[in-house]
Amino acid sequence: MYLKELCEMDGVSGNETPVRKFIKENIREYADEIFTDSIGNLIAKRKGESSEKKVMIDAHTDEVGFIISGITEKGFLEFKTVGGIDTRVVVSKRVRIGKDSVNGVIGMKAIHLQKKSEREIAPKISDMYIDIGANSKEEAERYIELGDYAAFNTKYQEMSGKIIKAKAIDDRAGCAVLMELIKIKPVYDTYFCFTAQEEVGLRGAKTAAYAIEPDIALAVEATTCSDVGGVKEKDYVTKLGSGAAVSFADNRTIVGRDFCQWLYEKSQKAKIPVQYKAAIAGGNNAGAIHLSKKGVKTASVSVPCRYIHSPCSIADMGDIEAVKNVAELFLLCTNELV
Amino acid sequence: MRQLLEALSSLRGVSGFEYRITDKVLEYFKPYADEVYTDTLNNVIAVKRCGIKNAPSIMIEAHMDEIGLMVTSIDEDGFLSFVNIGGIDTSILPGCEVIVHGKKDFPGVIGAKPPHLQSRNEADKRVKMKDMRIDLGFLGESASELVSVGDAVTLCGEFTPLLGTIVSAKTMDDRASVAALVKTFEALSHIKTEVDVYAVLAVCEEVGSRGAKTAGFSIKPDMAIAVDVTHGITPDNSKNAFELGSGTAISKGPNIHPAMSKRLIDTAKRANIKYTVEVEGGDTGTDAWELQVAGVGVPTALLSIPLRYMHTTVETLDINDVYATSDLLTHFIAGLDSDLEGWLCI
Repeated sequence: MYLKELCEMDGVSGNETPVRKFIKENIREYADEIFTDSIGNLIAKRKGESSEKKVMIDAHTDEVGFIISGITEKGFLEFKTVGGIDTRVVVSKRVRIGKDSVNGVIGMKAIHLQKKSEREIAPKISDMYIDIGANSKEEAERYIELGDYAAFNTKYQEMSGKIIKAKAIDDRAGCAVLMELIKIKPVYDTYFCFTAQEEVGLRGAKTAAYAIEPDIALAVEATTCSDVGGVKEKDYVTKLGSGAAVSFADNRTIVGRDFCQWLYEKSQKAKIPVQYKAAIAGGNNAGAIHLSKKGVKTASVSVPCRYIHSPCSIADMGDIEAVKNVAELFLLCTNELV
Repeated sequence: MRQLLEALSSLRGVSGFEYRITDKVLEYFKPYADEVYTDTLNNVIAVKRCGIKNAPSIMIEAHMDEIGLMVTSIDEDGFLSFVNIGGIDTSILPGCEVIVHGKKDFPGVIGAKPPHLQSRNEADKRVKMKDMRIDLGFLGESASELVSVGDAVTLCGEFTPLLGTIVSAKTMDDRASVAALVKTFEALSHIKTEVDVYAVLAVCEEVGSRGAKTAGFSIKPDMAIAVDVTHGITPDNSKNAFELGSGTAISKGPNIHPAMSKRLIDTAKRANIKYTVEVEGGDTGTDAWELQVAGVGVPTALLSIPLRYMHTTVETLDINDVYATSDLLTHFIAGLDSDLEGWLCI
């Protein structure tokens, strides 16, 4: 799997190019057709045993991050968030900015200089800036343009056992899974969609689904996992190490009962560890795909991911393997569903 | 200097746990010192003797400890609760990578309650330390066998070169000053001095200048210069702060022996070393404060390196300011003769 390579790449929504190029290079030999559309989706068609139906399988290439919105006279960079970032995880983190990957750090007034009242409230993005070490606006402008993207600079690392930490596991884990699955021959013609701009409103999946007009679709995602200290068990959403998470509903989609049950039960029979995503929270590309044209039968299967949308998430390779196996079952037995 | 800063900032020694790094810190001074040793509290001390009998002595001092965390409890799922050691801004902790120094060094992440479980007014407040946990990714393993209550935790903040001579890393406070002292000892090894020089790399500054207190007592130097960091100017603060690249900041005020600050300024002018003057009306918040009253008292001065984002994982400085600091220390020491009494008289 290409998880490490994918998670160490920068591809903030709207600038997925490096991720897309890497994927394209590495799956080209398995694709019968491959193209990039206007929003930046990479779509690879893999012919199946039959062309009777069209299957769409989706993972998004983008990640949450920042965009440079101003440069101060002294050469500090002002920025906005791209996608949903909890602003409380941002201070004192490292980023890479622009096409030349300029190093920067996100600063704020030192604790010694903060007033007592300031120490209580969560820092706002407007109170922060990125420091690239420029001594003036002119120097900064030699390296940075307004509109340049900035991404967290986090190394992929193995923790204990099969646990790994990295940024952008949402949804490079999905991308890594799709890059493996394109190697097998599916039952129907399958469109492997590496979609852009999920984090800013499921935008790539919308145009991809429109173009493909699939009969059925599966979004391969990463989802919240809050089985962490200080959270009540009922609020866990998913549990790390308990397998692939099948959604029955989230904020954007109510998955067809038959489809999500099929995924869950079929996986159980195949001895693939599987769990239900036990909360109606978040939303993913299934939301855009299932409303395409006259409607598409769509479900999602996700990798539980702690500290999603932060500089450093945690996932279990066993869960990623399980997601791959569930998605593989789907591609090999789609005829049972359509 | 870049490599030295990178190596020193990546050492992990929280206040009280400096024993983890004393051997490594010692090594940097060994080639230039006549003697190196550690004392009861684990202060690292390097001595360079001038060879003159009963020569006066000067202590140059920087602290080697760093702010960090300490494990206070381990829950049944293996998540660790913790407290701070030294002044940590809690707002940098969520999403921060750490190393837990248990049976071995374990990488971890500080998590907090995810956004979708927070109420609206919670999201506007800082996460409290008691609500954060360190996640080591232990599943079904017994964390309590690998980690103990009381284990130290250090923050991760890899050395990151920014533009030009600006660099960012964890623990530039105060390893940048340790680097300045290494460079000073290196330079002094080519110079004949008329004073004995003690380099002290002190423990426990971040919890109250404890190492400086005992080292000042046992060495009883005739004068001391503490080296630490001071605030760099940022968009949200320019008061009591200095531009990066403005040189070393020479302190003045009750904590500082006036003849020493004057001589430092004169030396900087003569040697064409960049400097600024920092004024503090009382406690400088550095080891200089304790050194001044160690034993019967020590004439003390303070040099500071401007640094942005103090006590975070992205402490940022200009390498040239570290050079300015070691240059000034070297010129100052080289210019001393064995008669200190005269000019130190106030």
